[in-house]
Amino acid sequence: MAIELYRIDDRLIHGQVIVGWGQPMGLGFLVLVDDEVASSDWEQELYRMGVPPELDVFFASVAEATLKLEEWNRDKRPGILLTSDIDTMVRLAVAKQSTIRAVNLGGIHHRADRVERLRYLYLTGGEVRALQELEHQGVEVTARDVPASRPVPLSALLEGHGEEGAA
Amino acid sequence: MSEQLDKAPPAIVLAHAQLAAGLVSAVEQITGMGSRFVAMSNTGLSGAELEQKLRALVEATGAKVVFTDLPAGSCNIAAFRLLRDRDVIVVSGVNLPALLHFVTHPNLSPEEAATEAVERGVPTLKVTLGTARGN
Repeated sequence: MAIELYRIDDRLIHGQVIVGWGQPMGLGFLVLVDDEVASSDWEQELYRMGVPPELDVFFASVAEATLKLEEWNRDKRPGILLTSDIDTMVRLAVAKQSTIRAVNLGGIHHRADRVERLRYLYLTGGEVRALQELEHQGVEVTARDVPASRPVPLSALLEGHGEEGAA
Repeated sequence: MSEQLDKAPPAIVLAHAQLAAGLVSAVEQITGMGSRFVAMSNTGLSGAELEQKLRALVEATGAKVVFTDLPAGSCNIAAFRLLRDRDVIVVSGVNLPALLHFVTHPNLSPEEAATEAVERGVPTLKVTLGTARGN
């Protein structure tokens, strides 16, 4: 099964991930890649507290994730790998070229320097360029908050054709 | 009892979409005491914004109890973050019976009221099968 979804979501572990994606996938494990969380026992405990006990949660820095990605991908259970920002996912994808084939934009919220692309997706110019670069390297980038919504390709998103709606 | 109500800070109900507002409006309809809660939604907020907004609300209201909906949800995680440095109690998995019990027992301490609310709220979730089942 391995990691079936590589998701960028600034809320990291939350309802859409555990229930929205997790239930239909039969999710077995989560990988949270974040340098700050990986170095904080408190942050890890916080994210573990609400997660169902049958679900394994692994925390890793980008460097640790780079070393462990193949191991997680040999796991027989379906998994989701989460990062809270684009930069972290790009660093991981660059380090593990050809391992990460597709990236899901699940939630990047409003900030003063960001432009709204979808109701759950706001991007700066730099973030747009980073995602375009990711696609140039062969990684498919789509926006989709929950499985019931239609995936929006990056190109459509940037052309302003990101209207949402149930699939 | 009205004096106790006047003195007690409201509790916060923090939930997905419009759930908190709906629960609080139901409390108001049933008891007339909906103003003892402040409803907050996570819609459109990042995890950091959610925590920031919740902190500001706790500060402004003096709330001692925060009810959240989904244990693994962003609302719950934001509320848990306050446990490190604020004197608050977090109740996860809120439902209407729990809120009703909480609001109608203003004589209890926040901890007692929250504990009793959970004890009352949990068993109200049950399955009832109809007699025509299988016909």
